[in-house]
Amino acid sequence: MMGWTTLLLALREIRRNLMRSFLTVLGIVIGVAAVVTMVTLGNGATQAVSDQITSLGSNLLLLRPGQRLGPGSSSLGAPSFRAADAEAIKSQIGSLTAVAPAVSRTTLVVVGSKNWATSVTGSTEDYFSAGNWKLAEGRIFSPTEERAGKAVCIIGATVRRELFTEHSPVGDMMRIRQFSCEVIGVLAAKGQSAMGRDQDDTVVMPLRTVQRRLTGRLDVTNILISMMDDASTTQVINQVTALMREQRKLADNEDDNFSVQDTKEIAKALSGTIGTMTALLGAVAAVSLLVGGIGIMNIMLVSVTERTREIGIRLAIGAQEKEVLLQFLTEAVVLSAFGGLVGLLLAAVACYFLASLLALPLIFSPGINLLAFGFSAAIGVIFGYVPARRAAQLDPIEALRHE
Amino acid sequence: MKAESPHAGTDALITLAGITKTYGHGQAAFQALSGIDLAIRQGEFVAIMGPSGSGKSTAMNILGCLDTPTSGAYLFEGVHVEHLSRDQRALLRRHYLGFVFQGFNLLARTTAQENVELPLLYRGETAQARHELALGALRSVGLEEWAYHTSSELSGGQQQRVAIARAIVTNPKVLLADEPTGNLDSKRGHEIMELLVNMNREHGITILMVTHEPDIAAYAGRIVHFVDGKIARDAVNGETA
Ligand SMILES: Nc1ncnc2c1ncn2[C@@H]1O[C@H](COP(=O)(O)OP(=O)(O)O)[C@@H](O)[C@H]1O
Ligand SMILES: [Mg+2]
Repeated sequence: MMGWTTLLLALREIRRNLMRSFLTVLGIVIGVAAVVTMVTLGNGATQAVSDQITSLGSNLLLLRPGQRLGPGSSSLGAPSFRAADAEAIKSQIGSLTAVAPAVSRTTLVVVGSKNWATSVTGSTEDYFSAGNWKLAEGRIFSPTEERAGKAVCIIGATVRRELFTEHSPVGDMMRIRQFSCEVIGVLAAKGQSAMGRDQDDTVVMPLRTVQRRLTGRLDVTNILISMMDDASTTQVINQVTALMREQRKLADNEDDNFSVQDTKEIAKALSGTIGTMTALLGAVAAVSLLVGGIGIMNIMLVSVTERTREIGIRLAIGAQEKEVLLQFLTEAVVLSAFGGLVGLLLAAVACYFLASLLALPLIFSPGINLLAFGFSAAIGVIFGYVPARRAAQLDPIEALRHE
Repeated sequence: MKAESPHAGTDALITLAGITKTYGHGQAAFQALSGIDLAIRQGEFVAIMGPSGSGKSTAMNILGCLDTPTSGAYLFEGVHVEHLSRDQRALLRRHYLGFVFQGFNLLARTTAQENVELPLLYRGETAQARHELALGALRSVGLEEWAYHTSSELSGGQQQRVAIARAIVTNPKVLLADEPTGNLDSKRGHEIMELLVNMNREHGITILMVTHEPDIAAYAGRIVHFVDGKIARDAVNGETA
């Protein structure tokens, strides 16, 4: 009787009660898919931030006009920097490895019949070491080229992919607005930033070239300052702040109209925020799992009268309690496991598409998959099995009388 | 089997001795059976009659091992049923008893064939044997053509016949039927009775049947009258004497 027959009986019951089976499975599918998707995407976001922290390079400070970075902050009205500010920092403050003034513009770049809108950054050669950039091929511009404002550029991996074919683009010409520049190097790919921006979607040129040909002004948007490994971050921040107040001739009672930020701190804060978001989304998803569970419970309880009578019939024609229970358990396990698997599958598909849509890395975590599956399966099994157990312990006639 | 025996009913298939059944407790307690003594031999066809509420169904449920008596002894082939465990009683039902309920008690949304083969599943018959036996039982109740219809597509009489097919498909020793014709018109009722008489004569199945209709009871060889939870009269019917 056990074994195949039990499975057969269970499958027959599932088919006989298609609607109830479908609703049970649906509850589990939704719960599992929601939890797994939310947590997987949240983990992806956290991973993206920690990738960003590593890709930032060590000990990088960011000098920006205006106060503080964050919601509501504004650099409006605050005077911007000049290349001379960067030179002053470099010459007057010790224990720095690179100081790079930078200005960026989003511009259409054209190669042959293809064009691509990208961020063109003008900076000095320090930009590459400060930003932890590596070259995939070619070279970076020399100080001479930088001073002369030569039309040379180094392109990011995305720009290379969008505009050039298989062969090396080094030596090719690229048109930016009304001028042409020569591609002298290609940057090694870095991937997405913490905010989901594609860091490889970039073109780097000498600062002077961008100022003359693109922006037409001497302003620089911000200054990247890279410190030596053993430098004290607070001390350097204090020195840079004092120097900038002096450069900008701020009186003692005036507030700073610029800010110096440790990029690691920014990334860490961001990562903390995302962690909180992940926990929140996970909690929302867990609630949906619970609601799914309550739905299953309702379906099971509604059908308890019919099921009790059914159990009475089975007992009356000679089924033993354990045989009836095994059948109900099998039914619950089959439904729950099926629902759980479909839920995991759905989550995998949803994660795949959402991750690429949100530009997040896809991180498969066996833990959350197992947890969600286990929890929903437990709900299905408990609510499918417990009412059945109560019914199967009755005398057959009691079960048959159940109203 | 010995015709005479020192203990009453030792040659009987079924013996009830001093069976009582009390529903509820304390103030609400109600004694539905107050001391039933009854012996039934192999191959008998017994009708149980009596007014409504006299305890006929209660006695049938106890005889069918669906319910347990409050006190008294129930011997089935000399075995004390009241000492058996739940599982042992399930096996007794599975292998020796067939029960036809007043309210059919078929599985909903299930075909006649699947309903009939249900007891065979628990007896571990192969799929092929289940199928053939179920169709055979349906044929004997004249429902072969309705084998693949679900209960809701069948009339009351047809459902009752499916229930009978389910009870006889295992070829039980005893068939217990609680008002098997209660929900049927008299033509259908007589058809069912012909069927039961046939089962009794051809297959030697012992039949216990509750009815309140005298012309239905007339098919039985012996009529037991219940009044107020006691047996008022127990007489041989017609020429079977
Ligand atoms: N489950 C029960 N709980 C309480 N009283 C019951 C129950 N079943 C039957 N009775 C009572 O026991 C008596 C006998 O019932 P029953 O055996 O069904 O009578 P019959 O089948 O002869 O009409 C009736 O008075 C009925 O009300
Ligand atoms: Mg009755």
